[in-house]
Amino acid sequence: MTIALETQNLEKQFGGLRVTRDLSLKIEQGARHALIGPNGAGKTTVINQLTGVLKPNSGRILLEGQDITDLPVHKRVLRGLSRTFQINQLYPDLTPLETIGLAVSERLGHGGDWWRRMGTRSDVNGEIADLLTRFHLLDAMNEQTVTLPYGKQRLLEIAVAIAAKPRVLLLDEPAAGVPESERHDILAVVGSLPRDVTVLLIEHDMDLVFSFADRISVLVSGALLTEGPPEQVARDPQVKAVYLGEEAVNV
Amino acid sequence: MSASSDAGYHARRQARWHYGEAGFWLIVLACGFVFPTRYLIMTDILRLALFAMSLDLILGYAGIVSLGHAAFFGVGAYAAGLLALHGIINEPVLALVVAGLAAMVLGFATSFLVIRGVDLTRLMVTLGIALLLEALAERFSNVTGGTDGLQGIEMQPIFGEIPFDMFGKTGFFYSLAVLFLLFLFARRVVHSPFGLSLRAIKNNPLRAAAIGIPVNRRLIAIYTLAAFYAGIAGALFTQTTAIASLDVFAFERSADLMLVLVIGGTGYLYGGLVGAVLFRMLQELFSTITPQYWQFWIGLVLVVIVLVGRQRLHRWMLYVPNLVIRQIAGRKAVVAVPESDA
Repeated sequence: MTIALETQNLEKQFGGLRVTRDLSLKIEQGARHALIGPNGAGKTTVINQLTGVLKPNSGRILLEGQDITDLPVHKRVLRGLSRTFQINQLYPDLTPLETIGLAVSERLGHGGDWWRRMGTRSDVNGEIADLLTRFHLLDAMNEQTVTLPYGKQRLLEIAVAIAAKPRVLLLDEPAAGVPESERHDILAVVGSLPRDVTVLLIEHDMDLVFSFADRISVLVSGALLTEGPPEQVARDPQVKAVYLGEEAVNV
Repeated sequence: MSASSDAGYHARRQARWHYGEAGFWLIVLACGFVFPTRYLIMTDILRLALFAMSLDLILGYAGIVSLGHAAFFGVGAYAAGLLALHGIINEPVLALVVAGLAAMVLGFATSFLVIRGVDLTRLMVTLGIALLLEALAERFSNVTGGTDGLQGIEMQPIFGEIPFDMFGKTGFFYSLAVLFLLFLFARRVVHSPFGLSLRAIKNNPLRAAAIGIPVNRRLIAIYTLAAFYAGIAGALFTQTTAIASLDVFAFERSADLMLVLVIGGTGYLYGGLVGAVLFRMLQELFSTITPQYWQFWIGLVLVVIVLVGRQRLHRWMLYVPNLVIRQIAGRKAVVAVPESDA
């Protein structure tokens, strides 16, 4: 099996705090891989290093075998690594049409085009329409993003990441904050991602993790606690201790 | 209509010309014939409008704040002055372009300082660059004429055909033509994918990078273009007034420009144009009523604008016209001021 995304001995410190400790992950191509862990385990820090928002103190990150550790954020996207954010990162003033149109334009290399007007390339238009339809945003395409209901914004968040046509997609708590009634749309969209897209899911919601993932890595205090198929992880006494320990506090 | 052509149609909609826009330019053109005794002040407004449009490109679209935009205005002004004074390039239009390019080079060089850091850093860096240039212009008085400025500039006819006249008629129509052409160009640019990517960067730089936008490169590009525009405005100043003095670099010039955009609004290109007209008219009005304290009243107007909010003011101002229009043309036909910021 080929490895889509890999970290080798990744290490990140904030001051004296080791937030990522000697983390080596391998995510197979086409995998539905979940990264779980209790609050403060450093999951989002890992994502930020994978995407290039943060630079690791040491260690390497490989995308399809190529070292991307020193690449800036936007170049990783063009190499096929895309992400969604735990808290929506959208453009409040722009419409879904503009937001997705821009993402598609950038991927096709038209983003720097300063002369041709938006909407005059039929290949771009076709893709925009396709994405808007798939993500149930066609009716809302001319609304300012800031005015959309949260569930729609969440769909747009994922649609923007998909517009980059990633080969590896990082989903950072895709269903976070979405009301129960709109959850179904999000889960359906996540579930219908093409199989050749490798997905790394960061999630709190255990139901979602166990219904979606075929492999799970457990992160505790920035280090890898265990890794394996869902049933094995579910039985793991260490994992139980971590989660039950957390639960016990709540009781 | 298929979803695809529908998407294309709506994506292009933003860039379409509205009747209001054509009307706006026709009124501006008509002013040139209706007020033949007011060419000097009207030319001044056109220059300010172009200068403000330049700031709007970086502030309204890319979100780069600047308190030193006069740096580029000044470089353009002195470049045009020196070219004419020493007879290096006698033809005004060519000299205008060369002066704009000089400012553009400076814009490109300083953009690397400006794109680093956040708003406050940017304010300080841009302010610093303008002050630095002002000091340099004073120091190298053998080139710039120091505090006396460049004197004895004589402008040659445009294209060797149309001479500048003492009433400023040529100057006005020349400035208007330049403003309009540069407006058309800017309009095209802001409706392109590049222009849209600037708005994305202004809205959310983190996400902009996360969809593959090379944020720094885009900011450098628009900053450089804006410097060209400001340089052209400066060159127009020298060419239509036949003077270039140190105050082209003055802090007040940069600060006034911010006020113009506060009045006119940012992010829809007309803000600088409308703002320039209102700013100069308010200035005239207040300085006739109270010559000493006009700045107090300008200040008051600004505070009101910021507190009440521009959108609400526009609604109030357009209330009566819209009432009339609704009576005649029905519910949907109302005048609204397009705005991306409120």
